[in-house]
Amino acid sequence: MTEPSEPIVELAGITKQFGTVQVLRGVDLSLYPGEVHALVGENGAGKSTLVKLLAGIHRPGAGVIKIGGKEVELHNPIQARHLGIAVIHQEPTLFPDLNVAENVYMGRHPRDRFGRVDWKRMYREVEQLLASLGVHLNVYAPVQGLSVADQQLVEIAKALSLDSRVLIMDEPTAALSAHEVHELFAIVRQLRERGVAILFVSHRLEEIFELAQRVTVLRDGVRVATAPISELTTEEIIRQMVGRALETLYPKSAVEPGEVILDVRHLTRTGTFEDVSFQVRRGEILGFAGLVGAGRTEVARVVFGIDRADAGEIRIGGKLVQMHSPKTAMNYGIAYVPEDRHQHGLVMDFSIARNMTLPILRQTSLLGLVNQRREREIAKDYSAQLQVRSSGIDQLVKALSGGNQQKVVLAKWLITNPSVLILDEPTRGIDVGSKAEVHRIVSELASKGLAIMLISSDLPEVLAMADRVLVMHEGRIAAEFTHADVDQEKVMFAATGQVTNGYSQ
Amino acid sequence: MKQLQKQLSSWSWEALLIVLLLLTLVLGNALSPYFLTPFNFSLMSESFMEIAIMSLSMTLIVIAGEIDLSVASILGLASVMIGITWSAGIPLWLDILIALAVGALAGLVNGLLVTRLGLPSLVVTLGTLALYRGLAYVILGSQAVSNFPSAYTNFGIGDVPGTLIPWSLVVFALLALLFLVVLHRSWIGRQIYAIGNNKEAARFAGISVNRVKLMLFVLSGLLSALAGVVFTARISSSRADNALGFELDVVTVVLLGGINIFGGSGSMVGVILALFVVGGLRNALGLAFVSGDVQNIVVGALLVFSVLGPNIAQRVRDAVSRRRLAAGSSAKKV
Amino acid sequence: MATASKQAQKTSTTPRRTGNRLVVLVSRVRELGLLVVLLLIVLVVGVQVPQFFTLSNMIQILLSVSILAIVAIGETLVILTRNVDLSVGSVVGFSAFLVANTFKQNPHTNLLLGILLGCALGLLLGAINGLIVTWGRVPAIVATLGTLYAYRGFDFLYAGGNQVSASDVPDSFLSLATTPLLGIPLLIWFAVLLAIIFGFLLRSSRTGRELYAIGSNPDAARLVGIRSDLLVFGAFAIAGLLSGFAGVLWGARFATVDATAASGLELLVIAAVVVGGVNIFGGSGSIVGAMLGAIVLSTIDNSLSFLRVSQFWLQAIDGAAILIAVTLDAFITRWVQHLLITRRQR
Repeated sequence: MTEPSEPIVELAGITKQFGTVQVLRGVDLSLYPGEVHALVGENGAGKSTLVKLLAGIHRPGAGVIKIGGKEVELHNPIQARHLGIAVIHQEPTLFPDLNVAENVYMGRHPRDRFGRVDWKRMYREVEQLLASLGVHLNVYAPVQGLSVADQQLVEIAKALSLDSRVLIMDEPTAALSAHEVHELFAIVRQLRERGVAILFVSHRLEEIFELAQRVTVLRDGVRVATAPISELTTEEIIRQMVGRALETLYPKSAVEPGEVILDVRHLTRTGTFEDVSFQVRRGEILGFAGLVGAGRTEVARVVFGIDRADAGEIRIGGKLVQMHSPKTAMNYGIAYVPEDRHQHGLVMDFSIARNMTLPILRQTSLLGLVNQRREREIAKDYSAQLQVRSSGIDQLVKALSGGNQQKVVLAKWLITNPSVLILDEPTRGIDVGSKAEVHRIVSELASKGLAIMLISSDLPEVLAMADRVLVMHEGRIAAEFTHADVDQEKVMFAATGQVTNGYSQ
Repeated sequence: MKQLQKQLSSWSWEALLIVLLLLTLVLGNALSPYFLTPFNFSLMSESFMEIAIMSLSMTLIVIAGEIDLSVASILGLASVMIGITWSAGIPLWLDILIALAVGALAGLVNGLLVTRLGLPSLVVTLGTLALYRGLAYVILGSQAVSNFPSAYTNFGIGDVPGTLIPWSLVVFALLALLFLVVLHRSWIGRQIYAIGNNKEAARFAGISVNRVKLMLFVLSGLLSALAGVVFTARISSSRADNALGFELDVVTVVLLGGINIFGGSGSMVGVILALFVVGGLRNALGLAFVSGDVQNIVVGALLVFSVLGPNIAQRVRDAVSRRRLAAGSSAKKV
Repeated sequence: MATASKQAQKTSTTPRRTGNRLVVLVSRVRELGLLVVLLLIVLVVGVQVPQFFTLSNMIQILLSVSILAIVAIGETLVILTRNVDLSVGSVVGFSAFLVANTFKQNPHTNLLLGILLGCALGLLLGAINGLIVTWGRVPAIVATLGTLYAYRGFDFLYAGGNQVSASDVPDSFLSLATTPLLGIPLLIWFAVLLAIIFGFLLRSSRTGRELYAIGSNPDAARLVGIRSDLLVFGAFAIAGLLSGFAGVLWGARFATVDATAASGLELLVIAAVVVGGVNIFGGSGSIVGAMLGAIVLSTIDNSLSFLRVSQFWLQAIDGAAILIAVTLDAFITRWVQHLLITRRQR
């Protein structure tokens, strides 16, 4: 790798304040063409704010932004775009009703000499663009039907069509499976070779080591380090992010599993998964690995009664149960911490207390009226147990950090006193510090005798936390490993369908 | 201190409505010497009890994130049912029961279309607004039934003996109290707020979202039919075009009462206050010989400003603070 | 490079073709469906009552479609942006009375001036809606419910219980609706012309495409630099303008106008648009669809009188039409979603 001479983007002494909160303090950052620059930091460290400054959504309180050596002020997203800065946000920002080609060219449709939209040329150009990326997407298809990974590709095609010199990717892999991440990285490397400067924001450190040449660590709005990736180790980065050495990210205590509590046999939901069988014992953590879309969340949804199975049995403590609705599942002691906190986990405009007691409203009621004193006692109790950091149980959950929100969701389900706890991506998008805390809580619950299903796309997490790991591939269970004989490679092989003869034990 | 401030800000909408109500009283008094008399108050409350009854269930539906535009058509249909069954010689108490059942059934149809087929309630109830009113016309045409027994019509215009309190106000007051407690104190009320805020999260927390919504639509149909019973008694006439366009008043009252059109927030107290603001205004303007259609200017403007006003205030505040900030930062630079 | 991309094109040919066909089919399935329904109605009624097939009756139907269609064009623009305009009926009524009354008071008013007066009033009222929604951040359904009341109220205030009848206005005004051009009344030509213009703009102008983008994902529209507020304001203003113009034509066609003219028209307009397959939550739909929706509703209306069905059924049938249309839409959407997802998995 040759050392590039001139940075294409230079930030110097950037500060930003929201109200009384200082979010960025004198941050410097330089992006070079042909280089992937990783930006890491805990939630609230100021990463998103920095991204939004470069995207023209926010404006800095002080400091200088230089693009191509010239000082500029970024007033709005369009202007940033004109200067060659493209941003791929965490959630794709596309138009679901419109087709792929139009999404790439929205607002900039090619026009013929009469000023009409030149549809043919637009389709042709987008097809060429996608082909040059080695991507096969139907340009006529509405974006509605595309997977998140394909939608990211549309975003990248959009950035390319703008001839962007700078590409900012804000946690682009958060919703992708390992396989899709792999494909995305191939494209990012290709862009790097074309001389695009890339700012890559991610929580997953292993991805950063795979992709980036340089790393900047932010903590509390201050840049604490910038260095070539080769000079850093994972431990060093984590230490700089959290400001202290983390004892252990995966505290897992050994538990002797008890009797089988959840027994799933030949469960099938047509079109999503087929013939899925597994058992979970008291005190056991059963990991579910696999690519996104392999059917893991879908299995969980059926076990929790959100969707219906077309065939198969679910037994709780040996008793055959028909899961009609989440309510039935709850009555049988199943709790489900869903993948998407915002959409499924929490009522954002409710207070901590009201969120926590939502599943047990009827039990805390007398003659139909909510017993508010009891409600508050329960909420206080569990807030303390899980160490939810807040100004009090009346604080609205939307004002909490991701990690604390996740603790509220956990509390809400623990209050129902479940015997089976399903955790679906419990640490997605939360910072390293909170992640360790969630792991500690999960480990404690298992040792108290809860049976836990842990669905996670974070492989190190599954490998470290689970007593057994099931790997799903295209709606079927492809392999099963014990804690002792599992490793990353084996799981990846199974998850990508490369184990042909079923169980590999 | 902070707690107090929060409490105050959460009540600020109701406070504003109380100010509006006082202004209405002042205006009414200025427009007519009869406005502030007990007799007028009796007449006034009687005149908008149908809207009041319907706005109770509308409040719950809007908080749950839905809307029911068919309420006035259900009222009309119920009124026609009373008329047609009475003319057929069926005893009045049974007529009323039939009307209530038809109302509940109409609400059930709305609810099934919304919950089973997942259709937007705005469109569904726009459709049934036409459908139910249409059925009323099909049944009774342009005729009217008006030979009701005096016991019934007296209920429509009569007062509690020895007072000036109309019977319909008593009915409403009891219902309002019930709805107030259900919405703000019971688990059902809490579930309704949760559904309006985030129906998926509510479902994942074990709340039967569809069952609650279905129940609300049936309730709305039932109360609209009850309003039809009251209305028919008050004007002692059953006609297909009874209460035509009342849905607008009902929605206006609910939104003016501070219920968020997108669901999840607002209080019953606000709606009840808004009821008296709108009812009082219409009465005052009526005493000043302003026709009902022209009164609509005021009601319409009130509806728009109930949302526009706070938004403009917010914009002005933002602009001022921005200017102050800009001034501050430029001063720093110098 | 050139050969590489050509090769890529070649390899992608097969999936592209089938995908293309599916997508086109799906986008047309609504319009084709409506066409089939229309043909069925015409056939069934025509077989029973031969007079239904006459040219004069066809023109009669198209006459009643025209005003509805012009207002529906404006409503389509607004609904595509994920908004709704409930005040159109009041705007049509106000404009109709204002223009008719102007001709009554001053019979020598220039015809063009009269038309412009109605259009200007519509534009003003539409712009007020647009301002309340964009600048005031009031949800469209609340804003236009309010102005539905208020505009009608002003109409009553202005009319004060008076009525304008055919004998009060000059014939030149009435001829606006009836004068034939190539054997077809002018009124119908207006509607056809406006439908073609706006259909073209929605399909082939950047601004038109941007309206779809706003309705499909308002946040994303802002991020790609679409001036959403300006365009939404424009959609409301044009909806007002078209309603104002429709008001002029209303006055010319019915001649007898009072302050209640076009009451409840908004319901019929939204019914036409929704039946025509425009998504009530924005982002998809077409002018062709909305026009077909208007034609189907008017044809049903017309058939009823031929079949000697009481006019009392009309409203019930309109309501049922809305319900059937949205129910079918829901099933079609599910089917398409299913198709796209199974295709993706394959």
